[in-house]
Amino acid sequence: MEFNAPAGKNLFDTSTIVGKPTPRIDGPLKTTGQAPYAYERHDVVPNQAYGYIVGSAIAKGRITSMDATEARAAPGVVAVILASDTKAVGKGMLNNAPLFGGRDISHYHQAIACVVAETFEQARSAAALIRTSYDRGSGQFDLAKVAPSAPLALDDKKRPDRKTLGDFDSAFASAPVKLDATYKTPDESHAMMEPHATIAAWEGEKLTLWTSNQMINWGKESMAKILGIDPKNVRLDSPYIGGGFGGKLFIRADAVVAALAAKQANRAVKLALQRPLMANNTTHRPATIQRIRIGAGKDGRITAIAHENWSGNLNGKDGENGTLQTPVLYAGANRLTANYIATLDLPEGNAMRAPGEAPGHMAFEIAMDELAEKLDLDPVELRVRNEPSSTVPGAPEKRFSERNLVRCLRDGSERFGWERRKATPGQLRDGQWLIGLGMAAGYRAAPANKSGARVRLDTAGKIIVETDMTDIGTGSYTIIAQTAAETMGVPLDHVVVKLGDSSHPASAGSGGQWGAASSTAGVYAACVSLRRKIGEKLGFNADDATFRDGRIIMGERSFELTEAGALSAEDSIDFGKFKDDYDVGTYAGHFAEVAVNAYTGETRIQRMLAVCDAGRILNPLSARSQVIGAMVMAAGAAMMEELVVDKRFGFFVNHDLAGYEVPVHADIPHQEVVFLDTLDPIVSPMKAKGVGELGICGPAAAIANAIYNATGVRVREYPITLDKYFEKLPAVA
Amino acid sequence: MRAFTYERAKTPEEAAAAVANMPGAKFLAGGTNLLDLMKLEVETPTHLVDIQDIGLDRIEESGDGGVRIGAFVSNTALASDKRIRRDYGVLSRAIVAGASGQLRNKATTAGNLIQRTRCSYFYDTNMACNKRQPGSGCAALEGFSRQLAVIGTSDACIATYPGDMAIAMRVLDATVQTVKADGNVRSIPIADFHRLPGDTPHIDNVLERGELITHVTLPRPVGGRHFYHKVRDRASYAFALVSVAGIIQGDKSIKVAFGGVAPKPWRVESAEAAIADDRAAAMAKIFTGARPTPENAFKITLADRALAAVMAEARS
Amino acid sequence: MAEILHFTPSRREVMAAGAASAAVTSFPANAQRVAGSAKPPSKMPVSIEINGQPVQLNLDTRTTLLDALREHAKLNGTKKGCDHGQCGACTVIVNGKRINSCLSLAVQHEGDKVTTIEGIGTPENLHPMQAAFIKFDGYQCGYCTPGQICSAIAVLDEIKAGVPSHVQGDITGRAKASNMEMRERMSGNICRCGAYSNIAEAMADVAGRRT
Repeated sequence: MEFNAPAGKNLFDTSTIVGKPTPRIDGPLKTTGQAPYAYERHDVVPNQAYGYIVGSAIAKGRITSMDATEARAAPGVVAVILASDTKAVGKGMLNNAPLFGGRDISHYHQAIACVVAETFEQARSAAALIRTSYDRGSGQFDLAKVAPSAPLALDDKKRPDRKTLGDFDSAFASAPVKLDATYKTPDESHAMMEPHATIAAWEGEKLTLWTSNQMINWGKESMAKILGIDPKNVRLDSPYIGGGFGGKLFIRADAVVAALAAKQANRAVKLALQRPLMANNTTHRPATIQRIRIGAGKDGRITAIAHENWSGNLNGKDGENGTLQTPVLYAGANRLTANYIATLDLPEGNAMRAPGEAPGHMAFEIAMDELAEKLDLDPVELRVRNEPSSTVPGAPEKRFSERNLVRCLRDGSERFGWERRKATPGQLRDGQWLIGLGMAAGYRAAPANKSGARVRLDTAGKIIVETDMTDIGTGSYTIIAQTAAETMGVPLDHVVVKLGDSSHPASAGSGGQWGAASSTAGVYAACVSLRRKIGEKLGFNADDATFRDGRIIMGERSFELTEAGALSAEDSIDFGKFKDDYDVGTYAGHFAEVAVNAYTGETRIQRMLAVCDAGRILNPLSARSQVIGAMVMAAGAAMMEELVVDKRFGFFVNHDLAGYEVPVHADIPHQEVVFLDTLDPIVSPMKAKGVGELGICGPAAAIANAIYNATGVRVREYPITLDKYFEKLPAVA
Repeated sequence: MRAFTYERAKTPEEAAAAVANMPGAKFLAGGTNLLDLMKLEVETPTHLVDIQDIGLDRIEESGDGGVRIGAFVSNTALASDKRIRRDYGVLSRAIVAGASGQLRNKATTAGNLIQRTRCSYFYDTNMACNKRQPGSGCAALEGFSRQLAVIGTSDACIATYPGDMAIAMRVLDATVQTVKADGNVRSIPIADFHRLPGDTPHIDNVLERGELITHVTLPRPVGGRHFYHKVRDRASYAFALVSVAGIIQGDKSIKVAFGGVAPKPWRVESAEAAIADDRAAAMAKIFTGARPTPENAFKITLADRALAAVMAEARS
Repeated sequence: MAEILHFTPSRREVMAAGAASAAVTSFPANAQRVAGSAKPPSKMPVSIEINGQPVQLNLDTRTTLLDALREHAKLNGTKKGCDHGQCGACTVIVNGKRINSCLSLAVQHEGDKVTTIEGIGTPENLHPMQAAFIKFDGYQCGYCTPGQICSAIAVLDEIKAGVPSHVQGDITGRAKASNMEMRERMSGNICRCGAYSNIAEAMADVAGRRT
C-alpha cells in the first residue's frame, strides 16, 4: 500500500478497538514468567553449550599475545576462540568498530575471547585463565579537551552540519536581552534489564540466532555482512526483548561471538554479556557540550537563536546531536545551529532513546528557563509567546503537519497548578525542604518507515499476524492485535500476533519512535489486502463492505468470515514523497515539582506531569506507560545517571548497576500523563504517532528548572547531583 | 569463579577450625558480598564453610542489661527486633537505610561487619588495587574517587567502608565477639575492629585467620533520640555519600559516627562534647587530617550539614 | 601527567594516559593462580522444594540458586539481570522471605522451600498481584516483572508482619501500605522501562483489597 496523500476519513475514525485502553495481550505470559527471552530458549535446539566472553583490559592498543593453554585444559571446556587467531569480522550496520577478531583494540572491554564449556560455571572459570599481553596505545578520552578542535559533523546529506538563517550575529548583538550559556550532558548507558544475549546454532550454511534485538531485518542483513555470508542463510528470532532503548538496534558482540563460537564448537552456544561488561562493550549515549545563545526583545520575542553542539565518538562518526529540536521549537528570524564531532577512543557511542533530542532538551530547555528569568517572564508564557506560525522556524520550507504545543503547555499549567510557582527561587518551603516547580517543552520527530506484514485467516476465523516487528516493552503485540481486530472486524482475542522472526515479512522495527506508527500501518495494509482476497473469493468489493463481529456485511448480503476458508495476504506500507513537505512531530508540556533538603541538598521529585500531543493514541494504556517510562529515564538523566570516564585509561569506570545508578521506585512519584485528542493525517493512515521518545524530551530540564526554582542555584552540568549545589544553599544553623 | 568445596559446620568452634586448617578456606554466611566478589575473582576461596547451622541466629539479653546478637542474624531480623527498635533505634534505622529488602533478608550481622569496599577499581580486576592485589598500586588515587574516603586513608588506598549497620554500632559502642579454632574467644571493641589501610590495605579488620565472629554485643541502652541520616544520589538502594548516626540526649549531649567518609566507621569521641555549642569547631576536630581528593572534598561539608539536619530534627 | 602505578612488573603495568605505549599483560583475576591450578569442579547433591515440588539436583558447588532454577530446573521465570545483586530481577521467595537468588549458592538452600513466579500463578490462574500488574500496566519489556511481582507480594507481607523501613517516621511503630512505604520497600527491584508509578498503583489495588 502506498501512502501518497494525507489520510482522509477511514475506518479508524470510528474505531471500536483501536484507541481504547487495552491490557497487553502478552501480559499473562510476562507476569507469570512464561514469556521466553533469548537466553532461555532451552527447547529450540539441543545440546546447547555455554559461552563466556572476555573483554579487553585496555582501551586502545594492540594485542601482542594470547595464551589459552590453561583455559583449553580446564574442566568442561569445549572450545576457545581468541581474537588473535580470528580475522576481524566485517562491520555491520552502524557498527563503528569490528565486534570481534584481530589484534587491534579500539575500546575497553572489547570482546577478545570466548570460552565455551559444558556449564556456565566452567565457562566463566576457564575464561579467567586466558592470558593476554598488550601494547597499550595512547588515545583521546577527554571530550572537553578535544572539542575545541573538533570538525563539523556531516548531516544526513553528507554536508557539514552548520545551518544558518538570517543574520544571527548582528541580531544577537543588538538584542536587548541576551542569554549565552554552556551546558554539559554526560555519557549515559541504556542499562536495559535483559543483558544482550544470543543462542547461536549452525545447520550447514544456515545460522539461526535466538537473540534480543530491536531491528530484526537490520540484524539479519548486518549479520550476513559481518560474517560474509548470504542473508538468506541467516535467521533471527526475538519474540521477547528485555528492553533496548537503542542499545539493541544493532548486532552486537553477543550475537557475533555466539555465532563464531558455535561454529568452532560445532554445536549450539548460548551466551549473555555479563553486566559488568555491558557499559564498555556495547554502545552508550555520548556526552555533549552545548553552547546556547538566545537574544530576545523586552517583550520576550526571540530574535536570535544559536545552538552549537560538541560530542565525540570512535572514528569521529555519528555523535550526539543536541541541536535537533532547536530549528523546530520556537520562532526567531536569525538562527544558527552547528554540530561538531570529535574523535574519541572511548567505547562506541550510538543511539539511545531520542538520540540528540534527549540531551538537546536537557540543555535548551534550561536555557529557555534562564531567558525567562532575564525577561522577568513566566517560562510558560515565554514559550507561548514564541510559538511559530505554520512553518518550521529553522526550515521554513516545511509545514507543521499538526502541532498543539501551546495547548500542551496551557493545559499542563492548569492541571499542575503552575500558578503556585514563585518566580523568585527559594520561596516555597516545607520544613527542612525547599520546594520548586519547573517546566519544559518537548518535541520529538515522528518518522514512519516502510513496514510489512503477513495476515492469515484460518478456518476457525482466527486472524494470525506475522511480522518481524519487535515488542521491546513498547506494546507492539497489543497495538498490532488491535489494528488487525479493527480492520478485520473480529474480537481482540481472535487475533494471534507473531513477532520478531526474520522469516516473517520485514517491518520498520523498534527504534526512533517510529515503531507504532509504521508497524500498525503495515499490518493495516496487509489486512486491507486480506479483506480484498476474501472479497474476491466470496464475490464482493471488500473496500465497500463492513467487517464486524466476525461477519462481513455488504448491503443486503452478509457472510461469516469463516466462509472464506483459509487465506493469506502479505503487504507493506510505503510512505510517499509528499511527507517531505512536512515536519511531522510530537509535542509535550512537561512539569515537575521537587523538594530539596535545605541542609544536604538531597532532591526528591514530588510530582511529574506530561501533556502530550501525538495524534491518535492507539492504546492509551501502553502509550501512557511509554511516556512515564521515558519520564523515569529523564529523571535519571537529570539527577544521577553518568558513565564516569577515567580519562587516564579511557573507560567507563562505574560499569555495573551499583556504580551506574538509575532511578529506583523510591525516586519516582505518581506520574500523570494526558494525551490531547488530536489526529495527524500526514503521518500514516492511522493518524497516530509514537510517544516512546517524546516522553524523554523535556522532563530532565523540567526537573533541573524545578531544582533551580527551589534553590536559586543554577547547575548547567548534568547529572544535577547534590555536590554541584548544596554548598551554595543558605548556611545552616 | 573458581571451583571450591563446601561444607556446613555444626558448631562455631568446628567452623573456626575448618577455616583455620585449610588454606584458601573462608566462612560463608549470607554470601551477598562474598559471592558477588567471587564471580569477579576478586575473592578466590577454594573451600567454603557455611555457618548457617551453628546456632548463631538469636538476639538475646546479654546479662548486663545489654543485647547479644548472633552472627547469623539477618539484617531484617535485627532491624525488626522489638528491643532493637525501642532501645537501639539508630541501629534499626541504619540497617533499613542499607541495600534492599531482598539483600537485608539474606545479609547477616557478621557478614555486614566485614563487607568489603565498593571502590570501582577494587571491583575491576584489570585495574591496579592494593586492597585486591597487594603491591599493585591504587588506580583510585587519581581516578574516580567521588564515593571514596576523605579521612583515614593512605597513599596505598582511599577505599571507603561501605556499610551502614556498623556506623550505628560504632555510636552504640558495640563489641564484636569471636572464637578461634582452639576455642579461645575474644571481645573486640567496634572502634578497634576495622583497620585503617596504611601500607596493608588488603587487611580490612583485625580478625585472624580462622577467627569467627560469633556475636555482636550492645551495652545497656543509653536512651536519647536516635537518628540515622544517609545522604546518597538516589533515594534508596545506594551506598552513602555520607551518613550520620547520632544519639542526642535531652541535655543536648551527642554521640555521632559518620559513614561513607573513611575506611571504617568514623567517630571522634573527644570532639563530641563541643558539638552542641560549636559544631564547626567539633567538625574541624573530627575531620582533622582529612585528605580528600578534588572529587570528594564536598563530603566534609556534607557531613557537617547532614549533622546539622539531624540536630535540627532533634530540636523539632 | 606521568605517574606510573606499579604492578609487579612481570604481571602487568598500568600507566596513566599520555604516556607512550606500554606493555601490559592481563590475567583477569588476581594473579595468585599458578599454572595448572584449575581445580576440578566439586559437585554436590541438593534437595530443594521448588513451588511445592521436591527437586533433586546434583550441582557444581558454584551454581547459584538462580542458575539452578534457570539452567537445571528449567524454570526461566526468574531472571538474570545483573548476577550481582544490583537489580532484583532474580527475586524469589525462600522460606517465606524474598532474596536475590543470584547471590545465593544452591547448596546453601538444602531443604529450603523456594517459590518462584511459576509457583505464584499461571496465565490461566493468575495471582491477584499478577492480575493487578496486567490491569495497571505495571510492566513493559517484562524482564524485571517476575522479580517485581515476587517482591510486591513479599512487601505487602512484610508490612503486615511489622518489618520496619527507611521511610517510617517512628521506627518502633507499624508501617502502613502507603505509596512511599511501598516505593521504598520495592527499591531493590529496578525497572529500566520505568513502570514504577503503575506498579505502585497495582500494589495499592491489591493492598486495598486485602485490608
